[in-house]
Amino acid sequence: MTSMTMLQAINSALDVMMSRDPDVVVLGEDVGYFGGVFKATQGLQAKYGKTRVFDTPINEGGIIGVAVGMAAYGLRPVPEIQFADYIYPAFDQLVSEAARLRYRSAGDFTAPLTVRSPMGGGIFGGQTHSQSPEGIFTHVAGLKTVIPSTPYDAKGLLIASIEDNDPVIFLEPKRIYNGPFDGHYDRPVKSWAQHPASDVPDGHYVVPLGKAAIVREGEDLTIIAYGTMVHVVAAFAEENGIDAEIIDLRTLVPLDIDTITASVEKTGRCMVVHEATRTGGFGAEIAAEIQERCFYALEAPVQRVTGWDTPYPHALEWAYFPGPVRLTQAYKKLMEA
Amino acid sequence: MRGRNLPRLSLHVPEPRFRPGDAVDFTDFAVPVAGAQARPDISAGAREISGFAYEMIRVLDDAGRAIGPWAPSLSSDRLRNMLRQMVLLRIFDDRFFRAQRQGKTSFYMKSTGEEATSIGAAHALHDDDMCFPSYRQQGLLIARGYPLIEMMCQIYSNSGDHLKGRQLPVMYSAAEKSFFSISGNLTTQYPQAVGWAMGSAIKGDTRIAAAWCGEGSTAEGDFHSALTFAAVYRAPVVLNIINNQWAISSFSGFAGAESTTFAARAIGYGIAGLRVDGNDILAVYAATEWAAERARAGHGPTLIEHFTYRAEGHSTSDDPSRYRAAEERTLWPLGDPIVRLKQHLIMMGEWDDERHEALEKECVATVREIAREAEAKGVLGDGLRHHSFETMFEDVFEELPAHLREQRDQMIAEREAAGLKL
Repeated sequence: MTSMTMLQAINSALDVMMSRDPDVVVLGEDVGYFGGVFKATQGLQAKYGKTRVFDTPINEGGIIGVAVGMAAYGLRPVPEIQFADYIYPAFDQLVSEAARLRYRSAGDFTAPLTVRSPMGGGIFGGQTHSQSPEGIFTHVAGLKTVIPSTPYDAKGLLIASIEDNDPVIFLEPKRIYNGPFDGHYDRPVKSWAQHPASDVPDGHYVVPLGKAAIVREGEDLTIIAYGTMVHVVAAFAEENGIDAEIIDLRTLVPLDIDTITASVEKTGRCMVVHEATRTGGFGAEIAAEIQERCFYALEAPVQRVTGWDTPYPHALEWAYFPGPVRLTQAYKKLMEA
Repeated sequence: MRGRNLPRLSLHVPEPRFRPGDAVDFTDFAVPVAGAQARPDISAGAREISGFAYEMIRVLDDAGRAIGPWAPSLSSDRLRNMLRQMVLLRIFDDRFFRAQRQGKTSFYMKSTGEEATSIGAAHALHDDDMCFPSYRQQGLLIARGYPLIEMMCQIYSNSGDHLKGRQLPVMYSAAEKSFFSISGNLTTQYPQAVGWAMGSAIKGDTRIAAAWCGEGSTAEGDFHSALTFAAVYRAPVVLNIINNQWAISSFSGFAGAESTTFAARAIGYGIAGLRVDGNDILAVYAATEWAAERARAGHGPTLIEHFTYRAEGHSTSDDPSRYRAAEERTLWPLGDPIVRLKQHLIMMGEWDDERHEALEKECVATVREIAREAEAKGVLGDGLRHHSFETMFEDVFEELPAHLREQRDQMIAEREAAGLKL
């Protein structure tokens, strides 16, 4: 066990998988000698060589396109898209190619790639370094979408994703790369060292895809979140003495619906929280599932707490971000109903 | 801005030379002399051979002789085999175009007039070199001996279709013939071929990759992504452009042909570019062989433009007489690839009209017989012989996740409730 930040845990997962499986290759903009703009791939090129960890042209469509070809060859590529905001040029290769290759070829060819990409806001990144595009990928048949919230989960989920024989979109909430975030942007940044989930085994382990985690058990309401928002809602519940059951989805597709329904059946109230824009977001899917499956257990309409339906603003970031102020209003609506 | 006394701008919108009803005249098309092109060493720098991107490699002359340094030395058996495969392909295409018209399937695409570009390339590549085709390279499968019945069952999306009726007709996939699954989204296979070739190089393998796209889809971003990656990593890949001059109803001018050749796209990327008479199967063979040797020797990728003519419509869904002059096909100066190889073999004393007629009859009979066998396994929409309904949910993922299991059960239940076949 070592105390690791989320970045160190991701680096460790890549290291473990590269040493175990000679077919794992890492490619992306600045990931080689430099080790990535966030340092997630630091030291890997020196350890595994230039033909297994290498820089690429600034061409996301090409990065994913060649990764699909490498996967068809028999490799297990782990391409990095430097920011999730840059992933759109690769959209066709992900949606029309990687996601459907197994299906359209009836298993002749598969695309076992894991696309890593930093996502989310809270870092003054403006509209091109803050987006949360997970809902675009969860809508696509054939893609798995994973978003970790702790160092322990990040390593175990990344290893599971790389070992998975289907394409995985692995989105890393960059606000919590170096420490958990309580939603108070005006308070000092905490470090991972104090968080129990920063104790990370040095070797190989797996956190299975498709399994949510109950972060905190509670009776009054269920709060469903993932990524950075898990920490924001946990701090919100603690600061306000709320007996919330907090579920960290960890994997959006395939979704652990049983953990969700069991909790909502118990509490009768539910709030779904994400940074991404509201309309057509993943929260809408969760809310729809809950009303179909748990309607008669509900004491109040399901509340969505999300980013606004605007591009991600720079100066007004904290009025956009779904922090404690918005959570308080949603909580009142839920409990007063 | 007005009134600044500057010339007014105007937008150039390309227009093909001939539209329906126009008299077709190709007399100003200077047919490049066969045999006149030098054959550079496979290690030549891309820059020193940039002229090849503007010329045209031709081997067969008007008399049917194979001449010049590009003329490959192929046995007459091999040449007859190439001829047989081209004839079979044309007959196969005719048969399944008709099958669509008869309502036996939804769609078909012929490769008529372009047979040499795929058959010639397949002969120059090794059988285990990985092909990333577009939708008009069925000749690769025929040349590699893929069972015709497999192709037919795919076209009919029937119970014998190993793609389980999931793909539009002609979007084949044949892993055992090193033939990648065809997408239908254009040029996505180009960066994939480059990635496959990079994988082969990473692993110290000896196999190379080859990809095909049309001249129209060189405009796609993926084309340029692929050339960038291929150049940067010197990927062992042969990138082919089939310039058949028409992208559905848009002539090649909409992909930039008015200003330069497609082979010249290679120059900006610093990779070798060759322009080949695509109706001359010996030139196709020779250029592909050169590019494959170059790739195998570690000298990197080659972009080959095969200059040909799409003799028929884009697919069963368009009528070419609505957008281009009918005489183009017959007056096209580079002729027909089958006629040209036939003429060459006759000139060598290795073939004659009688044998050719017998060959055509044999191919018609073969296709008819196997098609009967395929139709016994079902045709599209007969509602009888297709893969079971629950196969719709398989292969989305390696394992069936809970939500798809639930949806599969829901589909079965809804069919049951409606009294429909299961």
